Amino acid sequence: MNILEQEKVLLQGLAANDKKAVEAIYRENYLTIQSFIVKNNGYPDDARDIFQEAMIVLYEKVSTGSFELTCQIKTYLYSVCRRLWLKRLQQMQRYNPSAESVDEIVPVEEELDVHEKRNADLILMENALNKIGEPCKSLLEAYYLQKKSMPEIAKFFGYTNSDNAKTQKYKCLVRLKKIFFAQYKNGV
Amino acid sequence: MDDTLLLDAIERYKRDEMTAQEKKFFEEMRKNNPDIDQMAVEHTFFLNELERLEQRKSYKHTLDEVENTLVNEGIISKKQIKGRAKVIYLWNRYRKTIAVAACIAAIVSISTATIVSMYSETKQATNLTPLVNFKLNELNGKINQIKNKIDSATAAMPVKPKFAAQFSATGFLIDGNGFIATNAHVINNAKNLVVENKKGDQFIAIPVYVNKATDLAILKITDTTFKKITALPYSIPRASAELGEHIFTLGYPRDEVVYGEGYLSAKSGYSGDTASYQISISVNPGNSGGPVINKNGEVIGIISSKETNADGVVFAIKSRNIYKALEEIKTSQLIKLPAAAAIKGLDRVHQIKKIEDCVFMIKGN
Repeated sequence: MNILEQEKVLLQGLAANDKKAVEAIYRENYLTIQSFIVKNNGYPDDARDIFQEAMIVLYEKVSTGSFELTCQIKTYLYSVCRRLWLKRLQQMQRYNPSAESVDEIVPVEEELDVHEKRNADLILMENALNKIGEPCKSLLEAYYLQKKSMPEIAKFFGYTNSDNAKTQKYKCLVRLKKIFFAQYKNGV
Repeated sequence: MDDTLLLDAIERYKRDEMTAQEKKFFEEMRKNNPDIDQMAVEHTFFLNELERLEQRKSYKHTLDEVENTLVNEGIISKKQIKGRAKVIYLWNRYRKTIAVAACIAAIVSISTATIVSMYSETKQATNLTPLVNFKLNELNGKINQIKNKIDSATAAMPVKPKFAAQFSATGFLIDGNGFIATNAHVINNAKNLVVENKKGDQFIAIPVYVNKATDLAILKITDTTFKKITALPYSIPRASAELGEHIFTLGYPRDEVVYGEGYLSAKSGYSGDTASYQISISVNPGNSGGPVINKNGEVIGIISSKETNADGVVFAIKSRNIYKALEEIKTSQLIKLPAAAAIKGLDRVHQIKKIEDCVFMIKGN
């Protein structure tokens, strides 16, 4: 298997949330990123944050799009981390121009914009879920995320029958949607 | 249809739980009723968002797990950096501050020094003048002393008599102890011989072997100032060279060492002389006696003559003649020919750099 094929397998594993693939990518790339960040005014803790963020960007890319990167994983991760870190430095007003190096990088600005938008959406959803309170949150999570059946849910949450649970779930869903779309449309 | 049922339908459609008939009915309904379609789109988006959040959470969980594993293995350092890394970190982080601080310190110290010297200048001036004069006198004295020394030294130095050469040719070392191969016709009738290296140092030499038939001569440097060369960079093969081999030569057609290259055009020389090669190379009077070297650093011959009425037809004595010569003179002199070429595999420029020191201009009168 050549490098590209190996990387493709890794990326497929990543999209399927396979721990082994994640670990392999971590082992391969983490230290490079850490040394980049430490060299550019950061602590190792910053490196961990940034690297996780970059891994999420990579995950989104492979789980929504194709498994084909136009470059090697390490180049992609480095480019993303570099961009993310420079942005953070700017925010902290510690921008260090020495980071403008000649390392091989690929343009990732657009992807990071998309990523930010997605993050914002997910935060909206999380906030909305937190706002509807219990037992609504658990009920919806049980049904939509853990994919539990209605009778199971009825039993677990102590409803007399699954129709009752269904009605309850419906009410919760409507509330959640209302909160989410109110914020979402405001945001957009 | 009320909303509960509709949402349920959308969800079942999304999860692909509908029968074909239901599916068809549902799609039909969406097509005919834009409100329902809008709702379906919105709800699907919403559910996707919800699922994405879940996926993201579990992925984040995986990331955290992996990170923990690596922290435990010590690959990721959780602790604050220490030691050298810490110093580097601090230096990177604060180097601008340090630079500013250093500049301020420098400005302060320079201005303080200037102010101090300005106020104490008048006082110093009176002290300084005689000191300078005194120093100057002292210096002048020293300079005169040195001058005298130089004069006496040059007077005592043995000045080599300028050698009035009537001819010049080329030769090259075949033994680092000072044995030089050249042509017999070069030293023909010469009373005195000197060899000159590329730096211009001259050494007196005497012929130890002359063979007019092969046109080979071997000289020995008798000057004690000649420094032995322990290892010659080229070798001298017994075997015959191949037709078409690329060859080059170094020689002294002028006061400067000159490089020329060509190829081996025939395995015999003038009118079928098997003791020499015919080579194609551009040479001039003065190149006589120069080594003919192949790319492996082997001296395959010695340039001897060129055909008068043809261009680029040059003859070179085969190197095996040197061996023959050695057999004839070995009773009186011990000459050891270099067996291995140290310059094999080097590029040409470096080969030449090494060979240059072993090629001499031969002058005689």
